[in-house]
Amino acid sequence: MPLLNQPVSLSHYLVVGAILFACGILCMATKRNAIGVLMGVELVLNGAAVNFVAFSAPFLRGDAELALGLDGHLMTLFVIVLAAAEAAVALAIALCYYNTHATIDVDEGDELRG
Amino acid sequence: MINWHTFFFMLFATITCAFAVAVVVSANVVRMAVCLIASLAAVTGLYFLAAADFVAAMQLMIYVGGTLVLLVFGVMLTARGPFVSMKITPANWLMAGLAGGALLILLLCAAVSVDAWKTAAVAESAAGREGGHTVARIGMALLGLRVDALEQPNPALRGGMAGYLLPFEIISVHLLVVLVGAAHLARARRTKKPIEPPSGTSRAA
Repeated sequence: MPLLNQPVSLSHYLVVGAILFACGILCMATKRNAIGVLMGVELVLNGAAVNFVAFSAPFLRGDAELALGLDGHLMTLFVIVLAAAEAAVALAIALCYYNTHATIDVDEGDELRG
Repeated sequence: MINWHTFFFMLFATITCAFAVAVVVSANVVRMAVCLIASLAAVTGLYFLAAADFVAAMQLMIYVGGTLVLLVFGVMLTARGPFVSMKITPANWLMAGLAGGALLILLLCAAVSVDAWKTAAVAESAAGREGGHTVARIGMALLGLRVDALEQPNPALRGGMAGYLLPFEIISVHLLVVLVGAAHLARARRTKKPIEPPSGTSRAA
C-alpha cells in the first residue's frame, strides 16, 4: 500500500486535528444534552492540541528550523490543564442547573432565574 | 516495506477519527462518553508518535484519567429517563452539517496547502533522535529556564526565550480558584421544595 510506505508528515496530523475540530463543532451544535455540549468542547480542545504537538515536532516537516519545539508542548500542557478546569466548572454548573430545573436540556435554559 | 511509524499513526488516527464521529452521531449520552474516552485515549498514541512523551503521559493521566472520569460522573448523575437520549430535528442536523462540513473543508484545504508540511524530514534523523525525553526540558522551562534555547542567534527572538514561570503560576492560581468555585457551585444545598421527577423532556411544572 503506498499510503503506508510514505513517512508521516505534518499534513497527516493536521487532517486528524481538523476532523477532531469539526466533530467537536458538530457535537456542540447538535446535542441538546448539556453534558453532550461539554463533550464537543473537549473534542475541539483536543483538535487544537493535536495541531500544537504536530507543529512542534521538527521531523514531521520539511522546514525543521521553523518547528515550535518545546513551546508547542508547553501550550498543549496549558490546554490540557485549562480543559480540566473548564470541565470542572461546566459540570458544576450543569449539576446546579439540573438541581434547580430538573432537566439537562440546554433548550430549556433560556432564562436567567436561579 | 511497511513504514511502521506510518502504520501505527494510521491505526491511532483511524481510532481517533472513528470514535470522534461516533460521539457526534450517537444520541445516547452514555455511549457518547465511552466513545469520547476511546477517542482521546487514541490521541495519546498520536502524541507519542510525534515524540511528545510528557504531553502524551499528561493527556492520558489528566484528560483520560481525570477530566473524562469527571464527565462520566456528570453523565451518571444526570442521565435518567428522557435525558439519556435526546433527538433533534432533521432541519437542525442539516444546518449543523452544513456549518461543520464547510469548516472541515476549509481546515482540510489549509492542512494540505503548504508544500513544506507534506514532506517529512526523515533524512535528518538527528532531529528525530533529539525528540522525546522532554520531561526535564519541560520542567526547566516551567521554572523559567529554557535549556533547549540557550543560544538564540536571532536577538529579536531572544526576549521570547524567557521560559514559562509566569504562565505556570497564573495557571496554578487559576486552577485553585476554579476548583474552589466548582466546589461552591456544586455543593449540596437543601431545597425548600422537593424536586419532582421529570415527566418528559419538557420542564416539570
